[in-house]
Amino acid sequence: MHGKALPYLLLMPATLFLCIFFLYPFALVAFEAVTRDGAFTLDNFRTMAGSWKFPVTIRNTLLLAAIVVPIQLTMALLMASVVSRLETGRSAALYIFAIPLGISDLAAGLIWLAIFDQSGFLNTLLSSLGVVDRPVMFLGYQSKLTIFIAVALAEIWRATAIMMVILVAGMGLIPKEYYEAAEVFGASPWQRFVRVTLPLLRPSLQTAIILRVILAFEVFAVVAALGGTNLPVLMGETYNWQFTLQDRNVAAASALLILAISIGFTLFFLRVLRVPKEAWI
Amino acid sequence: MSAVAETPVAAVADARKAGDWLLIATALLLCVWVLLPIYLLIVNALSSPDQVTAFPKRFFPSFDLGSLSFFINFAGVARALWNSVLVATLTMILAIGFGAPAGYALSRFDFPGKGTFRFLVLMTRAFPLPLLALPLAVMFIRTGLDDTAIGLALVHTTLALPFAVLITFSLFSGIPVELEEAAWTLGCTRWQAFRKVILPLALPGIAASAVFAFTISWNEVFAAAVLTIENRTLTAFLLQSLGESPLYLKFAGGAALVVPALIFIFAVRKYLFAMWGIANR
Repeated sequence: MHGKALPYLLLMPATLFLCIFFLYPFALVAFEAVTRDGAFTLDNFRTMAGSWKFPVTIRNTLLLAAIVVPIQLTMALLMASVVSRLETGRSAALYIFAIPLGISDLAAGLIWLAIFDQSGFLNTLLSSLGVVDRPVMFLGYQSKLTIFIAVALAEIWRATAIMMVILVAGMGLIPKEYYEAAEVFGASPWQRFVRVTLPLLRPSLQTAIILRVILAFEVFAVVAALGGTNLPVLMGETYNWQFTLQDRNVAAASALLILAISIGFTLFFLRVLRVPKEAWI
Repeated sequence: MSAVAETPVAAVADARKAGDWLLIATALLLCVWVLLPIYLLIVNALSSPDQVTAFPKRFFPSFDLGSLSFFINFAGVARALWNSVLVATLTMILAIGFGAPAGYALSRFDFPGKGTFRFLVLMTRAFPLPLLALPLAVMFIRTGLDDTAIGLALVHTTLALPFAVLITFSLFSGIPVELEEAAWTLGCTRWQAFRKVILPLALPGIAASAVFAFTISWNEVFAAAVLTIENRTLTAFLLQSLGESPLYLKFAGGAALVVPALIFIFAVRKYLFAMWGIANR
């Protein structure tokens, strides 16, 4: 057994698996979203969009992504630059920066709950500094803004690592000669970063941004841990439709909406950050 | 005066020194940003329940195992922990078992359909995959897979498989074909050459990607919460009990999620960047 059949045999298990557990359920979701009791209808989308929570949900999710992703991109670039320039302690710094990669969003939510909770560390710090005389309720239902800030911080803390790893890997592919040449011509570190690193890092930046934006729309457990139902987001609402409201069809419609937004943004960033074929290194 | 001649050199040296200090300070600050929140969670987990809810808090743990023992003895926790390990192990086996042959095929053969397969794998990244658990819930009830470890592991494999394919692809691509060809000319069959020459070289990397698959499953919340009721994983269990459980249970649970994550990332730290270097593309 060799030659032409072998690669297909090797690919077969993975292909079959993806067909059964990726393409098929995807078709099922799409089907459930546009039908009810077997008849084609758009009612599921109307029910979803008609819910009073829907506009808030969309706004929260998009706002969170819009605030979190640019900050993460900046921090990831900073981390990657710091790591690439460190001489001693490089691998220790890399490991520490990468730690959040292994931490689940639920655990990240709980970590930041320890800080923002009423009897948490932030209140302790503030009261020992004399800023407040009584513990402040940061995560109560009237304090939407502080819940939002806590969720944003937890997301920034948790998910910057994935961008950092991609960018470090990308920076490793940039030939040293470019930096040496830039230095010979008297470019400052900042100029080297803007003129050499950033343009050559474009493929990695594209991957990192797309991956992060998609994940930002899937924010779920961080919010559940910190805000409960006080900060509804798309994924949480999908969970609610499925579980609390026991409506599979509307949950499917909601899932399709997340999917559509994800694909929309993926195509957008693929286009905006288009990488010319010959510029790949 | 000699100072005239020395100033530019001294200034450059000063600037460089200041730059070094700035670099180290930034690196330390970023490390604190990553580690401090984890430390605070661990402080809570290693304090007695009274201290966790007390105010003001101490910034050092009292090393009272009250919270942890409450967590371990809490009804359902031991089982949830076991389920998490079971599902993650199954996911790891499935993802590598299906993914590694595909990764090998992609790295060693040129064949029609290769592009299509890679596209299918890359596509999965644009999808909010945990949502696929929604339609699968119904399919699993029909096939008796509902609320079982294997059922959930199948969904988690959808999450981990694309990574397994891309990572093993980059691993095998890093091993020269010539080694294999040399083994063939020395009389090995294709399988023998793979088993005796390639596999030992690739094994550490494959182990690292297996750990990565384990981590993905260990951390996943949404699908676990949708697909399991009696046999909850730890994340699903914690999510479910967020509303009513006391603070110290949440923090001890959070620590139980975080500590393995620290070990996982430590175990794969050498491969983290190599894995992403090519998995980017």
